[in-house]
Amino acid sequence: MQDLLKYTLRIADTSLILGQRLSEWCSKGPTLEEDIALSNISLDLFGQANGLLEYASKIDGSRTSDDLAFKRNEREFYNLQICEQENGHFGDTIVRQFLCDTYFMIFYQELSKSEDETLAAIANKSIKEVSYHLRHSKNWLIRLGDGTDESKEKVQKSLEDIWKYTGEFFEMDDLDNLMSAQKIGVNNIKLKDEWNLIVNQVLSDAKIKRPEDSYMMTGSKKGLHTELLGKMLAEMQYLPRAYPNAKW
Amino acid sequence: MQSGNIQKIWELLENVPDPEIPVISVVELGVIRDIQFINNEYIISVTPTYSGCPAVKTFQDDIHTELINNNILNFKMIIVYKPAWTTDWMNDKTKAKLKKYGISPPEKIAQCPQCNSKSIELISEFGATACKALYKCSDCLEPFEHFKCI
Repeated sequence: MQDLLKYTLRIADTSLILGQRLSEWCSKGPTLEEDIALSNISLDLFGQANGLLEYASKIDGSRTSDDLAFKRNEREFYNLQICEQENGHFGDTIVRQFLCDTYFMIFYQELSKSEDETLAAIANKSIKEVSYHLRHSKNWLIRLGDGTDESKEKVQKSLEDIWKYTGEFFEMDDLDNLMSAQKIGVNNIKLKDEWNLIVNQVLSDAKIKRPEDSYMMTGSKKGLHTELLGKMLAEMQYLPRAYPNAKW
Repeated sequence: MQSGNIQKIWELLENVPDPEIPVISVVELGVIRDIQFINNEYIISVTPTYSGCPAVKTFQDDIHTELINNNILNFKMIIVYKPAWTTDWMNDKTKAKLKKYGISPPEKIAQCPQCNSKSIELISEFGATACKALYKCSDCLEPFEHFKCI
């Protein structure tokens, strides 16, 4: 059961942390419509994380979903490192979101075939939401890349800066191999061709260059993160930790 | 074996409005998937519209209040994810209520709920709630919300 718990937490944390990052745009979006869009996407990610954390809580048997979100430390979080990267400017956020949305789309399609009924059901529901998110980030990336000289230059740089975090999408460790062999989890290596297909097509439509693969960041499967996660958690977890029984 | 009055529970839930769109009930919205009576307890299966929709918690509280106010104390709600909620579960009567309320109902092609024009433009794919997008009518120029098809 510990294996399934950890596997579920990886998926949950990835949605939770990206949702938390995106929520920082709330009230600061470049236009009112975009403010609402980014906040809505954040909300969907929180919803997905909530369903997964409820399931993790059930497997765990002693901690609630809130305990799992608010009372674990940085090294006990297993989200992909790309999710904790800062929002930067709007183009940075759109590039990060597009790379993640494409990954989510393909990942959830595979997870929906899981023999674990709960994971399959959550994946099926998430596909509907993620396909909408992907349409949003894709259209923005094309508009920015194929836009003015300045917007093109900016998103090209955004892509180069974040590229080193995309290697983690396709990593497999012992737990992934085990879950995949039991037909519960996803074989991440198999996601790569389809991810490349979508990403290459959109980058070509956006008239920006795909960066060369070089050194790729790694570690989140072991709870290793960039320094940014700790700061995020400090803010996210402050209230439930400072006032443990607070109700609102 | 006691069977309980499942029909009565359905009728009571017809009185619980959607917190965001009060002209339709949670039953019409399609989020009440099943009601069973097991071991002297009503088991109400509820499915979220969008995973993160804040209204889900609100309508659960509202269902709770409605049942308690009608002296139904032996119930519990469970969240089900499968099958995933779809706007296909709304019938024509419900869609007509949405339109009358000023929301373009979930059809493949959005249409101005005021003047029925199909000449419209998308303002934003995301609206004030997760389930709606923002449009503007090119004929009567009124902005309106469209219930997304999912």
